[in-house]
Amino acid sequence: MKAAVLVFPGLNRDRDMIAALTEIGGAEPAVVWHQDADIPDVDLIVIPGGFSYGDYLRCGAIAARSPMMDTVRERAAHGVKVLGVCNGFQILIEAGLLPGALMRNTSLKFVCREVKLEVTNTDNAFTAGYTKGQIIRCPVAHHDGNYFADAETLARLEGEGRVAFRYAEGTNPNGSINNIAGILSAEKNVLGLMPHPENLIESAHGGTDGRALFAALLAKAA
Amino acid sequence: MKARVTVTLKNGVLDPQGQAIEGSLASLGFGGVKGVRQGKVFDLVLDGSDEEAARTQLTGMCEKLLANTVIENYQIEISN
Repeated sequence: MKAAVLVFPGLNRDRDMIAALTEIGGAEPAVVWHQDADIPDVDLIVIPGGFSYGDYLRCGAIAARSPMMDTVRERAAHGVKVLGVCNGFQILIEAGLLPGALMRNTSLKFVCREVKLEVTNTDNAFTAGYTKGQIIRCPVAHHDGNYFADAETLARLEGEGRVAFRYAEGTNPNGSINNIAGILSAEKNVLGLMPHPENLIESAHGGTDGRALFAALLAKAA
Repeated sequence: MKARVTVTLKNGVLDPQGQAIEGSLASLGFGGVKGVRQGKVFDLVLDGSDEEAARTQLTGMCEKLLANTVIENYQIEISN
C-alpha cells in the first residue's frame, strides 16, 4: 500500500500524520508539496490539519483552489482513497469533494479537547476496523468545525449511510448539525473529519482509539 | 473601474458571530436591535471600462472563490 501526504503552506499537523501512517502502515508516506508537479501513484491521499494560508478568506478556501486539488479530484474520481483531517476536511469541503460547509464554532472559541465519537457507519474502508455504534475517544482542535448542510443534503448523507462519525455523549464541541463529526463521499472513498485520530495511536498519547482507522485503511489500500 | 462585492450568509444559516455582536450591542445599551448578520466586503480595482464584462468576471470570482455559495450570498456593485 502506498500513501501520500499533501502539504500546503500553513498546515502544521503533517508530521503527526506522517508519523501515524509510518507507524501503522510500516512505510513512510510520500510527502507532496502543493507546488510539486504531480502526486505519485498512491492508494491513499491524506490532507492533514493546520491553518493553510492562515485560514484567510475562509478555512481551506485558498488551498482548495490550488491546481494540486484538481489532481486530487481526478484521483478520487478513479477510486483513490482521500482522507482529510481538520483543515484537510475544510479543504475537501471547499474543493467540492464533500458536501456542506464548516462554519465558526457556536461557542466562537477555538476548542482543543478530547471528545467522544460514535462510529456511525462501518461499511467503508475508513471505519471498517470499528464496530457500528462503537464509542471512541478522539482529540479535536479547531475554530471552524461546525458542520452545516441544507436539509436535502443532510437527508441524503443520513439516508446513504455517509455519516462516518458523530459526536457522542453530549461532547459536540462546535454545534455541528446532527452532531456530525465526519462524512463520506457518495462512493465512500473520500472521508473528511474534524477530530484527529492520528493523535491517539500509541500509549504515549494516552490511548490508541484512532489506530483502527489507519489499520483498516492501510490494509484495504494494499 | 472599481467594484465592491458584499458577501453575506444566506437566510437560515446560523450566524454565531452575528449573534455575539447582537449580544454585545445590547450590553452596550443599544436597545431595539432585532438581529445582526455579519459578512465580508471586498473592494476591487479592475482594468478596462466595460461594465458588462466586469460584471461577468466578478460573478465568476464570486462563484469560484469570494463566496461559498453553499452558505453565502453575494452582491456586486460597480462604480467608475
